[in-house]
Amino acid sequence: MTDQRSQAEIVRNSLKRRYRKERRFRLYGMLAIFIALASLAILFADIINKGHTGFVKTTITLDVALDSEMMYLDDPTDEDQLSMADFVAPIIAALQEHLPEADSAAEKRELGRLIGTYGASQIRDLLKDNPELLNTTQTFEFLAHDRVSVYVKHADNPRYSIKVSEQQQRWVDELLEKGIIDTSFNDVLFSRGDSREPANAGILGAIVGSLLTMLVTLAIAFPVGIAAAVYLEEFAPQNKITDFIEVNINNLAAVPSIIFGLLGLAVFIGLFGMPRSVPVVGGMVLALMTLPTIIISGRAAIKSVPPSIREAAEGVGASKMQVVLHHVIPLAMPGMLTGSIIGMAQALGETAPLLLIGMVAFIVDVPGGFLDSATVLPVQIYLWASSSEQGFVELASAGIMVLLTFMITMNALAIWLRKRLERRW
Amino acid sequence: MKLKTALTTVALAGSIAAVSTPAMARDTINIVGSSTVYPFATVVAERFGRNTDFPTPKLESTGSGGGLKLFCEGVGTQHPDITNASRRMKPSEFERCQSNGVKEITEVRIGADGIVIANSKDAAKVDFSLEQIFLALAKEVPDPNGGDKLVPNPYEKWSDIDSSLPNKAISVMGPPPTSGTRDAFVEIAMQGGCKQYDFIKKMDKSDMKSVCHSMREDGPFIEAGENDNLIVQRLAQDSGTYGIFGYSFLMENSGQIQAVTINGVEPTPEAISSEEYPVARSLWFYIKKAHVGVVPGIEEYVAEFTSEGAWGDNGYLVDVGLIPSPRNERMEIAKRAKELQPMTGKEL
Repeated sequence: MTDQRSQAEIVRNSLKRRYRKERRFRLYGMLAIFIALASLAILFADIINKGHTGFVKTTITLDVALDSEMMYLDDPTDEDQLSMADFVAPIIAALQEHLPEADSAAEKRELGRLIGTYGASQIRDLLKDNPELLNTTQTFEFLAHDRVSVYVKHADNPRYSIKVSEQQQRWVDELLEKGIIDTSFNDVLFSRGDSREPANAGILGAIVGSLLTMLVTLAIAFPVGIAAAVYLEEFAPQNKITDFIEVNINNLAAVPSIIFGLLGLAVFIGLFGMPRSVPVVGGMVLALMTLPTIIISGRAAIKSVPPSIREAAEGVGASKMQVVLHHVIPLAMPGMLTGSIIGMAQALGETAPLLLIGMVAFIVDVPGGFLDSATVLPVQIYLWASSSEQGFVELASAGIMVLLTFMITMNALAIWLRKRLERRW
Repeated sequence: MKLKTALTTVALAGSIAAVSTPAMARDTINIVGSSTVYPFATVVAERFGRNTDFPTPKLESTGSGGGLKLFCEGVGTQHPDITNASRRMKPSEFERCQSNGVKEITEVRIGADGIVIANSKDAAKVDFSLEQIFLALAKEVPDPNGGDKLVPNPYEKWSDIDSSLPNKAISVMGPPPTSGTRDAFVEIAMQGGCKQYDFIKKMDKSDMKSVCHSMREDGPFIEAGENDNLIVQRLAQDSGTYGIFGYSFLMENSGQIQAVTINGVEPTPEAISSEEYPVARSLWFYIKKAHVGVVPGIEEYVAEFTSEGAWGDNGYLVDVGLIPSPRNERMEIAKRAKELQPMTGKEL
């Protein structure tokens, strides 16, 4: 009797401590989640804070008199004349109409620097295509020079105005007031390839490059990965060789990605003589990297198909191949697709293996096919982040946002596919 | 089922595209090399692509050593056509080129660049001598207690070296050994400071080099990779740290960082061009003559790079931070580049 009571007492006494322990344990878990969420929030806040200005462009809209004398150009169909003509002079003249006080040669030069170097090409291209427009007045929307753009976007922060002279700042403020300088959505970012001028740099080249590379990766890794998974799960005999293969596939999944780049450099470029910097080689390297992920997730998906389904199919006389093709693969498909999409999302964010096969490069033209030089999104972000011009800092963050959007879309697709194709039994 | 058919089609199309890849001719110029020349070369490449009918050349920033390695690998469209370098080609690299069949190489000196040591604008401005730089960053330095003996670098604070320097821990970020900036810094600044000591100067050449060229590895010197922007960011955050990089980065980030004067000389374009500023170097690029005519546009690209509008005193490369060579020298180099005069190997 006394024994029982004392035991109950011991339990009761320790109860409080046990509850406290449990509360503490829960608190640790909540703390862990809080830390994870907080660092994510800080990361996002930083990226959005730095990058939102990347989606804004600064334009200068001017009525430019295309005066043939001023440009030293009387025949825009003549290539020699085009290359010798001065297309900056009419822009400066148009700016001067709004800022008549800028008169000396030095001031004119400063005026010309308000506009990015693509301004002159805009006039040149227009005249080359439409020679009849010579000696007329046309309205142009020029992109402001990077420094002006940074100044306009960060007017409240003196750290960003250091590159713009005080005189230029006064001019810019005046033009802003008159509505000549304006900001709008940065469509350039989504319609051009890379440039050394932040105002003209776009991410389209990298997006197309990423898509082409991912297509090659998908085309190789998906069928090969699924075939390997099906064979290993369904057909392969259980012996030392298959054990050895299994261990190696698991090992391969843990190999640092740069190793695949070295392999690609040695085999695809060195041995097969494929060109550098092209999506085909990039896609093949990334496919090798994603293969283990797809095989492992594919095998797990096949394993999760209940044996009763196989037995039922075999019971009504289906052959092994019919069982696999008609029952096992369709049921395992959601899991296989999820694994593949996650593997692809990983490949989308990869730069290290691409460094060695030359896809970390300055490429201006938007790639038109699998054999054109290309970069991918994360590489573009890296290149912008390591450029010295201030305008690239915001572009890099804007690029990160674009990449994250792609990643989130791919993951959402994986979830949607799984939900749609999932079958319960 | 529909989904499966769609996936199969994509898979098949992709495999066909992937398998049928012949080693083919190339119409885009491939350029590799120095990260210091990269900002200049990319600007030229972009202009060239915009103003001509040729595709825009592709540029990879591999470092001077990495670029010359790729460049000298051989002749054929899978190898690059031009390599940029922030130091001159070494005789050993020339030999390697020759033995791999890259016989005719044209050398073009594009101008100068100064290597600056900079710190945050929030910190005090200081002046270092080459000797002080050497003492702060070398692996082994002459015994501070006197005598012609080398000891592992004992200095932890700048004020340990000279009491006039700040009483702060030595912390300098610099480029890795693959970088031309590092080569030039070691060869000009470190060796310059090291030769102030007579007993080191009297050593035989390879011993002297190993003393002068070894950077310390115990913490105060931090290798920061080829990403100079990262150094700038760190400097802005930490006023006690110094960074080593090319002059163009100082110019672009003059809002955040300031240069250290060396031997009392401020790194200005004039001082760098006249070599009054002690840590200045030349920038180069090398053309593979065998590819001219095979890959279209090489001659035109070189012509654009060596035009007065680009590398001249008022050219657009000056806006990016290039320090032009004197005019008569430019003319001479442009002429040789146009004729694609090959190197003999003796000039190195």
